[in-house]
Amino acid sequence: MAIDNNQLLRFTTAGSVDDGKSTLIGRLLYDSKAIFEDQLDAVAATSKRKGHEGVDLALFTDGLRDEREQGITIDVAYRYFTTPKRKFIIADTPGHIQYTRNMVTGASTANAALILIDARHGVIEQTKRHAFIASLLQIPHVIVCVNKMDLMDYSEKVYNEIVSQFEEFSAKLNVKDVRFLPMSALDGDNVVNKSTNMPWFKGAPLLHTLETLHIGSDLNKIDARFPVQTVLRPQREGFIDYRGYAGRLASGILRPGDEVVVMPSGFTSKIKSIDTDKGALEEAYAPMSVSVTLQDDIDVSRGDMIVKKNNQPEPKQEFDAMLCWLHNDTAKPRAKYTILHTSNEQKAMIKDVVYKIDINSYARLEDDNELAMNSIARVTIKTTRPLMIDEYRDNRVTGSFTLIDSATHETVAAGMIV
Amino acid sequence: MSKYYLNYLDELESEAIYILREVWAQFENPVILFSGGKDSILVAHLAKKAFYPSKIPFPFMHVDTGHNFPETIQFRDDLVKELGVELIVGSVQEAIDDGRVAEEKGKSATRNVLQITTLLDAIESNKVDCAIGGGRRDEEKARAKERFFSHRDDFGQWDPKNQRPELWNILNGKHFEGEHFRAFPISNWTEMDVWNYILRENISIPSLYLAHQRDVVWRSNSWIPVSEYLTLEEGEKVENKKIRFRTLGDITITGGLESDADTLEKIVDEVSSMKQTERGNRTDDKRSESAMEDRKRQGYF
Ligand SMILES: Nc1nc2c(ncn2[C@@H]2O[C@H](COP(=O)(O)OP(=O)(O)OP(=O)(O)O)[C@@H](O)[C@H]2O)c(=O)[nH]1
Ligand SMILES: [Mg+2]
Repeated sequence: MAIDNNQLLRFTTAGSVDDGKSTLIGRLLYDSKAIFEDQLDAVAATSKRKGHEGVDLALFTDGLRDEREQGITIDVAYRYFTTPKRKFIIADTPGHIQYTRNMVTGASTANAALILIDARHGVIEQTKRHAFIASLLQIPHVIVCVNKMDLMDYSEKVYNEIVSQFEEFSAKLNVKDVRFLPMSALDGDNVVNKSTNMPWFKGAPLLHTLETLHIGSDLNKIDARFPVQTVLRPQREGFIDYRGYAGRLASGILRPGDEVVVMPSGFTSKIKSIDTDKGALEEAYAPMSVSVTLQDDIDVSRGDMIVKKNNQPEPKQEFDAMLCWLHNDTAKPRAKYTILHTSNEQKAMIKDVVYKIDINSYARLEDDNELAMNSIARVTIKTTRPLMIDEYRDNRVTGSFTLIDSATHETVAAGMIV
Repeated sequence: MSKYYLNYLDELESEAIYILREVWAQFENPVILFSGGKDSILVAHLAKKAFYPSKIPFPFMHVDTGHNFPETIQFRDDLVKELGVELIVGSVQEAIDDGRVAEEKGKSATRNVLQITTLLDAIESNKVDCAIGGGRRDEEKARAKERFFSHRDDFGQWDPKNQRPELWNILNGKHFEGEHFRAFPISNWTEMDVWNYILRENISIPSLYLAHQRDVVWRSNSWIPVSEYLTLEEGEKVENKKIRFRTLGDITITGGLESDADTLEKIVDEVSSMKQTERGNRTDDKRSESAMEDRKRQGYF
């Protein structure tokens, strides 16, 4: 099957509660024939029981009992579908502000974000919050879907107004590729099929756009970064002295013979081999999982990073980051957290809140330094030992981290290094 | 297309290997939940890759309902031997004999739900802090909500409304004593991906997945295999059909479908044109709309 050469596109939905995200995903799956008969039967039966006219498309992703009862999405649902052109992983996320942490979860690995806007309401605070998060996460492609056009007479004027509303504030954001689309998720206008109700819109429907987005250049192929997850010491015949460093390349390319440095120790060596169970490789690139052996016997363990001698990240104990606070407990000033960064784990402290973002105006609030649920702020982080970091802009893996409350073990914040 | 771009199967493989290595690094005493079905066989295969040239560092844990296909048990024992891993068996029959659980009564009685107690007992008595499962998000709507690292409280319960955020690929396996995690390395694989990969890697699977002649009975829309546990009901008759199984569970509830697909290639072809989901014939999921979520909350796989 030709699918073997297919690329994977991960995309996420975003936007305020009830803007139609789950309905859109249901419609996309339904119209691209990715729904099985028994799934359709089950959803049709539930829709009928709930007194819904026709099939409630949101039920294809809203799978938890509470979600179905309340008609909202609470946690991310992952769905999969394939077309002859591409394979897709969809993260359908909640719009409700209370569940922003789950939206961030779904969005963090996405190559593209669909931001939905209810044509009746236009851009509202939650649209801005999600757009801001999408830009913080550096999701390379954003598709703004102006939804429920059926309730606004498919008006070109309404659509254009919302587009300019969005453009006005998104100019302050850092998103490279923004596209706009008028649609009705409920009726399927401009989802898989081109709408006949909006002949004034000359662009392609959503699916076509998703199938043709150029994603090949989204990965960092320049800076080789190999965080060591674990050390493989087989101690068995044929491999008595084998010592392999297992990990997944965060970015860049490694080849046998490359001069490398192990950070943070600074020891240098050369790559002896790059191994998999199918044999040695001539090169490995992100995001491959491999085992690397070095020519010299040096001390390497989990948390270390193997990089090229002529291209090293900066070991830093103090750095600035944009932080999304994800927990009900507010941040305790100068409290100690556990920081997870690649395979490294250290103790860390929020040394300073430089400014907080006002989500409506994107203004920087320099006097307000309380980090509560859903706060987004620029902070200074101090760690007990140096971390091998890059800027998030250059590297989504080595530029990101999470903070864990050491007392509760809960994940409380997500950070992007600036 | 650029040379430095992985195709999707390689990307899924790499992601699974990454997760398996994180489990090894973050937990003291992880096990692979091994049922003998294709998904747990796939997890075993990926674990072999993840730690090569070392052996798989996890024991396998099998929750044995006593209602097995003999082929599955044979396959399990052969694989465990080949890989040189330890096998831990939690027995539902023993739990019944000890009075820990009571056999369900009635026409549609199964041992499906009884597995939960045995699983949690086995996790506790073996001090397991992470149980690696072959659950996939595309299988079922509650499974679609799972994290890679999924927290279970000290009663083994899942709280789907309160899951830890899981950003990028940073996995947080921190927990208190008595709590454990479930890890799902093949979360992002679909049934089609699994078959395509099994074909590509030529992974051996129990013969039950391939079309074969078998004595069966038509019951709730599928062919239920004749076995010592099956009691014929009024009007049911035994027929001999060429069938295969799409998923493997207990012999009492796993329905087969009529098929000529007796090679992996033919299975891939057949699965790609299926109109029903693979769990569509599982009576355990059909008990209520939230049957899977309810069981998962209590500690099910
Ligand atoms: N008329 C009309 N109604 C729509 C459209 N899209 C969605 N809806 C309705 O809007 C309501 C909310 O839809 P959902 O898809 O659940 O919204 P959501 O964005 O997923 O909501 P959360 O996940 O809770 O944030 C439902 O009643 C839908 O039927 C549309 O294009 N036109
Ligand atoms: Mg929704």
